Amino acid sequence: MKSILVLYAHPAPRHSKTNKELAKVAQATEGVTFVDLYAQYPRFKINIDKEQEQLLAHDIIIFQFPLMWYSTPSILKEWQDLVLEYGFAYGEGGKALEGKCLFPVVSVGGPETAYGEDGYNNFELRTFLTPLEQTAKLCSMKFLPPLALYSSLRSHKDGRLEDHVAHYAALLSALKNDKFDYKAASARQLLIEGDLPLIGETA
Amino acid sequence: MSGYLFQAFIYLCAAVIAVPIAKRLGLGSVLGYLIAGIVIGPVIGLVGSETQDIQHFAEFGVVMMLFIVGLELEPKALWDMRNRLLGLGGLQVGLTALVIGGVAYALGVPWQSSIAVGLVFSLSSTAIVLQTLNEKGLMKSDGGQSSFSVLLFQDIAVIPMLALVPLLAIQQLVDKSHQTDLEAAAEQGLELSLIDGLAGWQVGGVTILAIAAVIVGGHYLSRPLFRFIAGAKLREVFTAAALLLVIGIALLMTLVGLSPALGTFLAGVVLANSEFRHELESDIDPFKGLLLGLFFITVGAGINFGYLFDQFAVVIGLTIGLMSVKAIILYCLAVTFKLKGADRWLFTLGLAQAGEFGFVLLSFTVQNGVIASELSQLLLLVVALSMLLTPLLFIGYERFLLPKLTKDQQREEDKITEQGTVIIAGTGRFGQIVNRMLLGNGYKTVVLDLSAEAVDRVGRFGVKTFFGDASRPDLLHAAGLHEAKMIVVAIDDEERALEIVRHARQVRPDIHIVARARDRNSVYDMYFAGANDMIRETFDSSVRAGRSALEGLGVHPYEAEKIASAFVELDLWGIRQLAELHNPEMPSHENEAYIARAKEVRDEMDRAMAGASQGHKGAVDRAWMPPGQRTADLEE
Repeated sequence: MKSILVLYAHPAPRHSKTNKELAKVAQATEGVTFVDLYAQYPRFKINIDKEQEQLLAHDIIIFQFPLMWYSTPSILKEWQDLVLEYGFAYGEGGKALEGKCLFPVVSVGGPETAYGEDGYNNFELRTFLTPLEQTAKLCSMKFLPPLALYSSLRSHKDGRLEDHVAHYAALLSALKNDKFDYKAASARQLLIEGDLPLIGETA
Repeated sequence: MSGYLFQAFIYLCAAVIAVPIAKRLGLGSVLGYLIAGIVIGPVIGLVGSETQDIQHFAEFGVVMMLFIVGLELEPKALWDMRNRLLGLGGLQVGLTALVIGGVAYALGVPWQSSIAVGLVFSLSSTAIVLQTLNEKGLMKSDGGQSSFSVLLFQDIAVIPMLALVPLLAIQQLVDKSHQTDLEAAAEQGLELSLIDGLAGWQVGGVTILAIAAVIVGGHYLSRPLFRFIAGAKLREVFTAAALLLVIGIALLMTLVGLSPALGTFLAGVVLANSEFRHELESDIDPFKGLLLGLFFITVGAGINFGYLFDQFAVVIGLTIGLMSVKAIILYCLAVTFKLKGADRWLFTLGLAQAGEFGFVLLSFTVQNGVIASELSQLLLLVVALSMLLTPLLFIGYERFLLPKLTKDQQREEDKITEQGTVIIAGTGRFGQIVNRMLLGNGYKTVVLDLSAEAVDRVGRFGVKTFFGDASRPDLLHAAGLHEAKMIVVAIDDEERALEIVRHARQVRPDIHIVARARDRNSVYDMYFAGANDMIRETFDSSVRAGRSALEGLGVHPYEAEKIASAFVELDLWGIRQLAELHNPEMPSHENEAYIARAKEVRDEMDRAMAGASQGHKGAVDRAWMPPGQRTADLEE
């Protein structure tokens, strides 16, 4: 049994199509602690002590967010800036997060073709997430390949959203019950569209 | 009756005309008063021998001045300057008395008289120097503090000097002055004393008791007493109480043979930590100013020009000689005590005159047959003339020495400069919070409140507050309006608050004013009165209440936050829209143009609130709209 913390960051949940559904799944999964950062800290006054305690109490930390200007929404950045303190998360004596997993769950508006050398975004989606990857590394955390959803604004119309939500639910359950195949996952750039690295049963 | 009125008229007239002119010419108020005295006395002869009596009365101004100086000096500050007080003061008096006494003896004056002359001339003029230092804002500088130490020591030293003088009596002179002495004795029959006929140790005991009474009484009795008096809410009664305090202490000190100036100074120091400090200061200050002015006038009026012209060379020679000797000794002391640059010269030139206690001491020496009356006539003139020259020395210091010296001193001056204080008017629910936030961040505040009960209440929680009506200009000045960086007007009485803002802006065009406003109209009034920031007292809390209500109704907290901040922004926009239509002369409910525009503004705000995304510039969530979302929303 692993404990999971979902840090959800969406600045306008009223307009959200994708993340709203993902959030529902996460909230409904037993053993998952779900935090809506914008609701918790509408004035950006992050309670560092409380957040650090919460980190200590969980094994797997999920950042769930829509990609905004190739980065996390600002409150999630603020959260990183404040909570991942020197001496706590990294640096001398900073071993509090050692061995924990960081798992980004990210949705993007652009299509898959937009990402990569030929796309208008010029870089792979995973490349845009390297700051998170390196953050995890500096904090001695394991970085899991991000679960991504392309063309998220259209996903609720073409049926992909349902699949995506189901994948998310399956992953949460696998992570919780130690059915997640970390070895297989480490070979992946991103987790998309079926074929999830799960042990035993298939998705 | 008409005689008194005539005299009062003449003195006031002279002061009112001469002082502003002198100030305008950059000569300072002291020189103005002295010149006024010379004009009404020796020049036109409107006043005559009564100046002597008036002078004794006016010397009380010095007592009041020391009370105020004490009020501004906390006990700790006094303790910190003990070395300067004893070392610098003691050496100055000792050395000057020794050198001048020696010179007098060499000039053929009997040794007893020589000692007396040395003592008389060792003193400087507390009245002139402190007044000038305050006026020029030099009190806080190193030179000013050193000068003050010496002056304080001199004021204390007068008492043993008065005790010493009778021991120096010369027999022939005593016989000669016996006649006048008897008359004087008859006059002084009314003088009371608590220590006549007591043995030495008893005198000591009474003295210590008196000082203890001032300190203990000032510390423990003054508070409840003042609070009681303040409770009556009659300003003149408080003024009367303040005067009573000063006069009572002066009386007590006189009765036990101590210096009244010393006594009131002590009382001032004891009360320096009291919440009534600024109120006391502003109550006593006008009396002090008038009495000191009167004193300076009498000095000017008392100059015997006939004698001066007869003995011109001698008088001038002696005056210049005296001031040079004093200045040289002061300069040496300044070097020894490591005063630098401008401070060294301020100290040297500032204290180089003889002082008002010289008059007292001289007449006392004549009475006791220590100095021949012809000699004392000459010496009186020297004292007066040296006092007359002092303002000129200050001007010379300021015009010629300071510009040259400040260049080298620039760096040190930064260190001396006190951090500007913040005056907070009102310590109710509003002012308290402001005060706590400022104090917590290391800013110095002076908090004033009209209600003695409020002062008492917050005092119990350790908040230092002074009692007083902040809408009174004199109190604001006593609280430091002239040096303050900022004033926060936090009282709820709108009229008074406006008065404070207007006055502060008028006196200090550069000060930052934060004003508490009741409503939108009050914002406009405060703005026109000169406030920089107008803060509506319930606006922010109302907005927060609205935000909480939205959250309670299920709106996402971040959205509620955005709505609240959009509302604030819209409201400020509305205020600006209506500002030009606001007419202070007309209540807004009669102002048709204002009402019409106010309706438009409110509709626009409502639109923005209701349809958050399309309303006024998309104030609520413009920034977070996903691509294409706005048009999608409109379609749905």
